[in-house]
Amino acid sequence: MTARVLVGVKRVIDYAVKIRVKPDNTGVVTDGVKHSMNPFCEIAVEEAVRLKEKKLVQEVVAVSCGPQQVQETIRTALAMGADRGIHVEVSGKDYDSLGPLQVSKILAALAKKEEASLIILGKQAIDDDCNQTGQMTAALLDWPQGTFASELVIEGDKVKVVREIDGGLETIKLNMPVVVTADLRLNTPRYATLPNIMKAKKKKIANMKPGDLGVDMTSRVEVLRVDEPPQRQAGVKVESVEDLVSKLKEAGRI
Amino acid sequence: FPETCITMFTRTRPIHSIHYHSKAQWQLKLYLTDQQKEFQEVARKFSREEIIPVAQDYDKSAEYPVPLIRRAWELGLMNAHIPEDCGGLGLSIFDACLITEELAYGCTGVQTAIEANSLGQMPVILCGNDAQKKKYLGRLTEEPLMCAYCVTEPGAGSDVAGIKTRAEKKGDEYIVNGQKMWITNGGKANWYFLLTRTNPDPKCPASKAFTGFIVDANTPGIQIGRKEMNMGQKCSDTRGITFEDVRIPKENVLIGEGAGFKIAMGAFDRTRPPVAAGATGLAQRALDEATKYALERKTFGRVIHQAVSFILAEMTMKVELARMAYQRAAWEVDQGRRNTYYASIAKAFAGDIANQVASDAVQIFGGNGFNSEYPVEKLLRDAKIYQIYEGTAQIQRLIIAREHLGKYQQ
Repeated sequence: MTARVLVGVKRVIDYAVKIRVKPDNTGVVTDGVKHSMNPFCEIAVEEAVRLKEKKLVQEVVAVSCGPQQVQETIRTALAMGADRGIHVEVSGKDYDSLGPLQVSKILAALAKKEEASLIILGKQAIDDDCNQTGQMTAALLDWPQGTFASELVIEGDKVKVVREIDGGLETIKLNMPVVVTADLRLNTPRYATLPNIMKAKKKKIANMKPGDLGVDMTSRVEVLRVDEPPQRQAGVKVESVEDLVSKLKEAGRI
Repeated sequence: FPETCITMFTRTRPIHSIHYHSKAQWQLKLYLTDQQKEFQEVARKFSREEIIPVAQDYDKSAEYPVPLIRRAWELGLMNAHIPEDCGGLGLSIFDACLITEELAYGCTGVQTAIEANSLGQMPVILCGNDAQKKKYLGRLTEEPLMCAYCVTEPGAGSDVAGIKTRAEKKGDEYIVNGQKMWITNGGKANWYFLLTRTNPDPKCPASKAFTGFIVDANTPGIQIGRKEMNMGQKCSDTRGITFEDVRIPKENVLIGEGAGFKIAMGAFDRTRPPVAAGATGLAQRALDEATKYALERKTFGRVIHQAVSFILAEMTMKVELARMAYQRAAWEVDQGRRNTYYASIAKAFAGDIANQVASDAVQIFGGNGFNSEYPVEKLLRDAKIYQIYEGTAQIQRLIIAREHLGKYQQ
């Protein structure tokens, strides 16, 4: 039985919120805005908890990087069934420039420290849509990776992953330890029930800093400017197909 | 007031903190704990994602929402008050109110079916002995079973002391005969809290003449009436129940013979705040629907003309105040104080404003509001009962006057 699964969970602006760009174009407005766990991270936690319920793994550890508030996100993971949490404190300028490179270094260091044999992450975060952390983490650890997983089966010391790719579905078999990133159809995350929320309060969340893990947080990326997408222009109504064709020709589209 | 310095916390779980700072400045801090926010999130998600999509269908079919009740039970949203040693969560009234408001936002019919459980359980939670609690409350936490509060009769609603259902002691049993009416969950309950008159002497005071029982619903002699078709909250199950020579063992008496009136009334201080919370949830829904509509609809070339924005402003005032009222009432009883005054104020106010706000919402929708394809006419039909059950608007006023004048005469 696999000892430990590490699940990364990211605190992002809630998917239902209407995003607004800050007036100085340096980023989006986050103050007072509703945040919650990245939906793909929820799917990752759900998968890990299901593996534990099937007794294929012993322990599920939820990890998040960020300021004090990410503890809420870790607690949600605990309420869904994770056993304990790790809060890697990152705040201020480091948090502003926190990206897949830094997070994957942290996860790699934690995987070694915790002796995890399986890392499950969401395929991407809905705020930056990077889709890099899982891949980078696997590369840093020199572990195989099963990304865009819509199905995950543990068979002894191997993992079978069905991946969603452009052409359809691809099934691969990987030797543990592995990194898997969760896609939408992997599962439907459970609600945290009220009894589980209460039990989660007794579960432990350990605090540490990136320095404790020997991770260099410097970013190689600098955000120059953030803009809203261009306003949608009004369309033009045409009376007939001939009109449509001539208008498209005028616009140089055909 | 400004002289005293009071910091309030309950036992080991700070549920809600109000600080009154002494002398020159006083601060009032009202906030939810993280756990309360999480509970509210679960209730909100369940309500918006699972109740709302099917609420209209249940209103049309008037079918009892078994799948929703089961889901609520699985999530721990039902039976919040049952103590932990009977398998419940032992939540405070405040926590229960937060959950109730969210569920009511989705559909008050569903929420009433769930809330009626709380009302039926409350006498047992407050006054049951250990054996009774373990047996009857334990059942509700092991399976999604319902219970009901069986007090009202065809001839006595507000006048609880006027009930006629008799219980006569014969050996180790009581024989019960009578008729109850408008019992929520009447046809679905596994057991009832039943109030009967044990002392037939009309001169016997109310405080000694009544006895409360726990009755298994499958006891021979209990005839459950037809499901009543009501104006609103249609999916909730309301029935008349006839008791014909029903035998109840003496072990099922709560406290003792003659203690019934106090038990029945004592439950209300704890169940009125959640009912007020339910009315507030309905009012909030009406406000949200009306606001959404007003922002989409163009009239006189603009979105929202001033007259409509004033209606929305008044609706908002009422919803916010109703919320504050039930929160205060819940908090007072959780602190261990008698909250009758606040509970009645909250229930009276919330019931009244729910009706006003629902009516205003229909008004804002205009012609569309009157139509069943739009969500607000259901809200108006559902709202009316909040001025009637759990103590009518008139009874609440009697209570408030009595409490208020009582303070003045001290």
